[in-house]
Amino acid sequence: MRHTLREAWSGLRRNLTMTFAVIITMWVSLTLFGGGLLGAQQVELAKGRWYDKIEISVFLCVKASSGRNCEPGQDATDAQKQAIRTALETNSEVETVYYESKADTWEDFKRVYKDSPVLADMSVDLMQDSFRVKLKDPEQYEGVVSAIAGLPGVQAVQDLRQYLNPLFQWLNIAKWATIGLSLWLLLAAALQIATTIKMAAFSRRRELGIMRLVGASNWYIMLPFLIESLVAALVGAALACGSLAAIEKFLIIDRAQPSLKSIEWIGWSHVGLAMLGVVAVGVVLSIVPTVIATRKYLRV
Amino acid sequence: MITFEDVTKIYEGQRRAALSDVSVTIDKGEFVFLVGSSGSGKSTFIRLVLREYRATKGRIFVAGKDLGRLHGWKVPGLRRQLGVVFQDFRLLPGKTVLENVAFALQVIGKPTATIKRVVPETLELVGLNGKENRLPEELSGGEQQRVAIARAFVNRPAILLADEPTGNLDPTTSIGIMKLLDQINRTGTTVVMATHDATIVDQMRKRVIELVDGELVRDQSKGVYGYQ
Repeated sequence: MRHTLREAWSGLRRNLTMTFAVIITMWVSLTLFGGGLLGAQQVELAKGRWYDKIEISVFLCVKASSGRNCEPGQDATDAQKQAIRTALETNSEVETVYYESKADTWEDFKRVYKDSPVLADMSVDLMQDSFRVKLKDPEQYEGVVSAIAGLPGVQAVQDLRQYLNPLFQWLNIAKWATIGLSLWLLLAAALQIATTIKMAAFSRRRELGIMRLVGASNWYIMLPFLIESLVAALVGAALACGSLAAIEKFLIIDRAQPSLKSIEWIGWSHVGLAMLGVVAVGVVLSIVPTVIATRKYLRV
Repeated sequence: MITFEDVTKIYEGQRRAALSDVSVTIDKGEFVFLVGSSGSGKSTFIRLVLREYRATKGRIFVAGKDLGRLHGWKVPGLRRQLGVVFQDFRLLPGKTVLENVAFALQVIGKPTATIKRVVPETLELVGLNGKENRLPEELSGGEQQRVAIARAFVNRPAILLADEPTGNLDPTTSIGIMKLLDQINRTGTTVVMATHDATIVDQMRKRVIELVDGELVRDQSKGVYGYQ
């Protein structure tokens, strides 16, 4: 074991400039990759519970709401709700109808605004209940909207996608751009590791040859190289994790959250998940090229 | 100890067989010369025993193992039972005599206590006591080959393979190396030595296996290098 660690250490020192190059490439590429993971999680959070399931939201009259079909100061009556539900369920364009009660809405609201002072002024009574409607064909929403919009007890009919799609389009482009860029950089990092290890193995080829002849196991021969590339990759991954933490702290908690409170923002648990992904990719990207690069010297 | 059954070896991309249809058995404790000109297949024979290559046809048994069926991950185990010496010594230039020999035990995971005991013993056996801390470049060719033999023998292998061990040495030094190999053979170690040094073969009067263009043409106990 002492021999293995000494070899790994001397390998790292011998190729100091290459080691630095590997660390920096790993750092930048893994940060980009982790950023992509954060972006993907942010999109999911912003979509909320309903975005992927439904197209149309039918908001019902409540005491605090006003609308053409609402009695001022009154909730929609149970009879009205039943009539709306029946109208939706019998419509041939509708696939599924969900009912979201005030209590459900209040739970969502509390989650999104959990750290916000706004929460103190709100209560479950101020929430709006709604029918959430999934269409058979998302493009055919006009018929349903016109059939429902005029019913008594309906405060407003909203097509969720109309509001959120432009935002998500940009978020998605950003997500794929960072992940795509990071993949190229990660490839560069992997090639760099392969080259570094190949050079290290070449400079030690006499020793490796003798090790094979006297019966050292492949594992024993490869281990110093594995440790060498793993150390470089893990240092790069650790720096990338630090960068992700900085993004969460300085960009999201300090800037984004105070300025845009109506959506839920990614928290430390999401950052932790992205860090796990970053470390996993870093480990794989150091081991695979090392195994490939040393294979030639291990062939029996 | 070593058995070849109708062994043919054709290297990739070549038409001519490096070894063709060779059958031979070498028993435990034998001393065998493998003779023939360059390119006759001597080195191929040794590399097949080491399982550096697999036979194209036929079967090879070494130390009770069928090499054709030996998994790659078991090859290190086979090689721990073999010692090898080459014409060009293959010592590590940055390491002392002691370190070069100890290296062979370190990399197969022998405990330090064993290494500290066995390495000086082996260096004494090959006649290198007092030179433990020299670097290979400070030694003569004969001394370097003794280091290589010590490294090959330090793990007490069942078989010692030597590929032209005297090829780079002058006749007087060669005799010393041969005495050492003979001494090792007397401990019960099987020795297979490839050579085209006729003087040595004629003096030692051991079993001689002759290869010509990859074919076994002579297998003679107490033989000489050539008939002429």
